[in-house]
Amino acid sequence: MTQFKRPDALYDAPTHYCPGCGHGIAQRLVGEVIDELGLRERTVATAPVGCAVLMYDYFNCDVIECPHGRSPAVATGIKRMRPDRVVFTYQGDGDLAAIGTAETIHTANRGENLTVIFVNNAIYGMTGGQMAPTTILGQTTTTTPGGRGRNREGGPIRVCELLSSLDGVCYLERVSVSSPKDVGQARKAIRKAFTNQLEEKGFSLVEVLSMCPTDWKLSPAQSVEFVETQMKKVFPLGVYKDR
Amino acid sequence: MSTQTAKILMKGNEVMCEAAVRAGCKFFAGYPITPQNEVPEYLSWRLPQAGGVFVQAESEIAAINMIFGAAATGFRCMTSSSSPGISLKQEGISYIAAAELPCVIANVQRGGPGLGNIRAAQSDYFQAVKGGGHGDYHLIVLAPSTLTELYALTMNAFDYADHYRNPVMILMDGILGQMVEPIVTEEYRPLFEPTEKDYILDGCKGRKPRIIKTLHLQPAEALVEVNRRLVAKYKRISSELKLCEDFQTDDARLIVSAYGITAQVSKGAVLQARSKGLKVGLIRPITLWPFPEAPFVKAAKTAEKFLVVEMSNGQMIEDVRLAEQCLRPVEFFGVGGGWYPTTDEVLDAIEKSYPA
Repeated sequence: MTQFKRPDALYDAPTHYCPGCGHGIAQRLVGEVIDELGLRERTVATAPVGCAVLMYDYFNCDVIECPHGRSPAVATGIKRMRPDRVVFTYQGDGDLAAIGTAETIHTANRGENLTVIFVNNAIYGMTGGQMAPTTILGQTTTTTPGGRGRNREGGPIRVCELLSSLDGVCYLERVSVSSPKDVGQARKAIRKAFTNQLEEKGFSLVEVLSMCPTDWKLSPAQSVEFVETQMKKVFPLGVYKDR
Repeated sequence: MSTQTAKILMKGNEVMCEAAVRAGCKFFAGYPITPQNEVPEYLSWRLPQAGGVFVQAESEIAAINMIFGAAATGFRCMTSSSSPGISLKQEGISYIAAAELPCVIANVQRGGPGLGNIRAAQSDYFQAVKGGGHGDYHLIVLAPSTLTELYALTMNAFDYADHYRNPVMILMDGILGQMVEPIVTEEYRPLFEPTEKDYILDGCKGRKPRIIKTLHLQPAEALVEVNRRLVAKYKRISSELKLCEDFQTDDARLIVSAYGITAQVSKGAVLQARSKGLKVGLIRPITLWPFPEAPFVKAAKTAEKFLVVEMSNGQMIEDVRLAEQCLRPVEFFGVGGGWYPTTDEVLDAIEKSYPA
């Protein structure tokens, strides 16, 4: 019987995340895994630019806040100098798949021994709901008022599929936090992404489909439905690479 | 190469690398760009040999951010590039300055603006000295004039970076980077007593977690306080660190001022002018920030005119005017885009500017 308590890796602090947002679940899962593996005191996390920028107010470990999209490069510098420490990045879709695309691809391709938690909610949250690289076709955002169009803005970037061709990548899995069953699988994937690093297997990335009720302009319940019926179609869950 | 002292023939870019390794640099990330390619090439084998890490980054942006991460672990680290690449690094430089992390950044300047050319230039003075990236911050900017000085200043750069917890830029140019001179590889001697690095991120075992961040939202005064702290630090650096060579200025009627390779050429012209009986001196700033005003203030009391020589359209001349407080006329000789002055050309400019 698992006792429900706050992980030591997280502070006892209220978050600024909106009601129904998936960040709280994703960060709790990361916290639980860090606790389980006993890593808190040897972990250095990187905070992104975006809604999760304030994660150092929630994570009870060393954190460096990075320029937008540059977390993988910053993490590379840390991990290369401290290979015995555990380094993870926590990034959103704009951070990882738009402004930081080059850093993402090349860090993966070098096979840096890092853990990347990639939260994909198909929108820019912090800046108020603009189109993200993962916004799905037809999705209305503040910069695609008529819906994202294939011939104007291009289709959504599927990060796991994109990275799966790179030899340096060890592990890619897409999970979701939109149902209890999915949360269980997300936890397993995150745990694997950290144990891979402990076993020096190289670059591991877990893509987490997540809800953004505020900027999707949906209720929390409708947002869960959006992930289930819309996002999962475009971003199929599953393991894209495991070596 | 051994770590012993020896007299060897080396290219400027390699001189800087060897000095960096001997000063304890343990991490380098960079991207190829002419005329600084010898830097990543040399360090790709030399750093691992000395127990360090070399990474060829996918971009200048990634390179400076790798430095951001490596600096946060407390190890000495550096990156280098040439003008267009240094422009790309400006985002990261602003963050590193804001986070008050030590690192060394070398700019082997080439002609600009734009892609420019691959000849030497001094057109990035404003970028190096006045900011470059967003926000109020300063780099400590060192301008070596010879390879022997480049060797020494590179070692010192790591000391200044650690001592002041501030990024340091070595502002050189394609001539210094490519020229070859015999160098005495002196052993590294630290300028300061080492201090404990109480900011490094290495896991929070036995202590509270540390945060390195540059976002300060609340309270509203938080970022103002950060700026006040930076101002205080920059004032301290300004009061403690101003390096300058003052050459034959005591009786000079005309003061030539130049930095870097241009100063080396100008010095030759000053000596020739002296042999012709002209009373000419040279003020050569070695720190471009903080700018050494005092020698200019002193010279303005007796000299009648200043002549600034730069391989640019005239950038340091603004600081010279501020330093001598517009007491005397300041003339300019130079242009950007890869133009190099010869000793004869500088001598000619001296003769034209010489007070009647």
